[in-house]
Amino acid sequence: MEQKKDCYILGIESSCDETAAAVVKNGREICSNIISSQIDLHTLYGGVVPEIASRKHMEKINQVIEEALKVAGTTLDQMDAIAVTYGPGLVGSLLVGVSAAKAIAYAKKLPLVGVHHIEGHVAANFIEHPELEPPFICLIVSGGHTHLVIVKDYGEFEILGRTRDDAAGEAFDKVARSIGLGYPGGPKIDKIAKEGNPNAIVFPKAKVDGAPFDFSFSGIKSSVLNYLNHAKMRGETVNSADLAASFQRAVVDVLVEHAVLAAKQYGFHKLAMAGGVASNSALRIAMSQACEKEKIQLYYPSPIYCTDNAAMIGVAGYYEFIKGTRHGWNLNAVPGLKLGER
Amino acid sequence: MKILGIESSSLVASVAILTDDVITAEYTVNFKKTHSQTLLPMIDEVVRMTETNLEEIDAIAVSGGPGSFTGLRIGSATAKGLGLALEKPLIHVPTIEAMAYGCFRSNDMICPIMDARRNQVYTGIYWFEGETMKEVLKPCAMDLCDLIKEINKYQREVLFLGDGIPVYREKMIQILEVPYHFAPSFMNRQRGAVVAELGAKYYVEGRIEHAREHLPDYLRKSQAEREREAKLHAST
Repeated sequence: MEQKKDCYILGIESSCDETAAAVVKNGREICSNIISSQIDLHTLYGGVVPEIASRKHMEKINQVIEEALKVAGTTLDQMDAIAVTYGPGLVGSLLVGVSAAKAIAYAKKLPLVGVHHIEGHVAANFIEHPELEPPFICLIVSGGHTHLVIVKDYGEFEILGRTRDDAAGEAFDKVARSIGLGYPGGPKIDKIAKEGNPNAIVFPKAKVDGAPFDFSFSGIKSSVLNYLNHAKMRGETVNSADLAASFQRAVVDVLVEHAVLAAKQYGFHKLAMAGGVASNSALRIAMSQACEKEKIQLYYPSPIYCTDNAAMIGVAGYYEFIKGTRHGWNLNAVPGLKLGER
Repeated sequence: MKILGIESSSLVASVAILTDDVITAEYTVNFKKTHSQTLLPMIDEVVRMTETNLEEIDAIAVSGGPGSFTGLRIGSATAKGLGLALEKPLIHVPTIEAMAYGCFRSNDMICPIMDARRNQVYTGIYWFEGETMKEVLKPCAMDLCDLIKEINKYQREVLFLGDGIPVYREKMIQILEVPYHFAPSFMNRQRGAVVAELGAKYYVEGRIEHAREHLPDYLRKSQAEREREAKLHAST
């Protein structure tokens, strides 16, 4: 019998402020995962500056691709397809990865597979959990996205809920800025919150009436700002650690409640988390406890696969590739690409 | 020698293949569609029409700016991807210089102007001495009035080209003190053929770069950087 050939995918990601490339073997084995982060550059401006991000991607794009191939001990000739994030994200950033990926695929006569960034985050769960297969419930929480979905099959989603306003990570960034922690807010709040009392201040829950799986984070963000302003007017000093811990708790509680409710209501015993906020330690602890209680198996990627990376794009790209998804040389960046859209 | 020329610094998308001293194909579109959707299909078209084997290309010449930041990046990222995959060098051809070179051996002073918004133009000034093009004003972003004042100083006939003309024509006519001409349609925009030709010239001179190192020359910092510097400057 003919032995099955290995399948190699080169994944490329440039949707926000990380330039990344990775080589993925047979869908779940990561041969290399190169990430060039621009975070220090954007810290100067208190957030990602799109034009600066785009320029930085231009500086790094070839380097990370060459490095990914080298670390994997492979060449382009061994690749079976090129997978690239084409949305959602910052259009100028996306275009760098998309243009380079298309040119490489074209020059090497390789199939081109456009990947949805969020599908990539979901797929990050497959890397370290070989037993995990759809269907399962997934909570996607990052700086730009907050979704609660049923992953029905590879690349097939049913959206149960989403944020009505800010993304969870965005709320972390804004609150961090208001208490002078700076950018990026998520890890900074996570850290300082460890020294604070999560019950010190009661903030409203980020719920939406009549939509049990939707989220709203603008209300809690405003409450934090109001709290700070009131304290300032009264000349009181605010305990930043208590405030961060209380804010974080209010966000985490809702994320956990909704995700666990979704799993129970739809009869799933598998729940995964994805996106940058899935690295948050309070969220991981609270979700683990809730899932244990409800006998739900919880999955989440290591922090390196929670952050924007190309390994996850290679994984998601692999499943699209074997399904037959192909994109043409006219593939465009789609900054507002919807989940499940092709 | 085979050179692929890529130009996407403005609304014009243009690609060309130069085979020795013949432009075997040139495909230019000056229409609204985004370059990210059109550029690679256009390259594919000229490659197929000329039965070119991509591996035979000696280098990829790309119009390196100034121009639309996004347009430049699409062209440069495409060139970088091709260079990486084909293991071929890139040639950075300054956009303004290529525009001027398209008016080969014109007796006039040549002044390309690209609309750079905010009352500014990307421009440069050139003239030919025999077959050699001399750079009188190197590519820069400048106020239109300052440019015309500069041109008036030389007291030479001047030939203008570029997409800045329709935007600033009236204003230019008002303040010009030298005889002037506006280039006709076929030579008043960026062309992939000129990028390829000038690229070939540079290639022979060894002015090539590794695809990894290539970056567009924006000639302008991002707005956030400008504002930050202004703030720092004001506070010192």
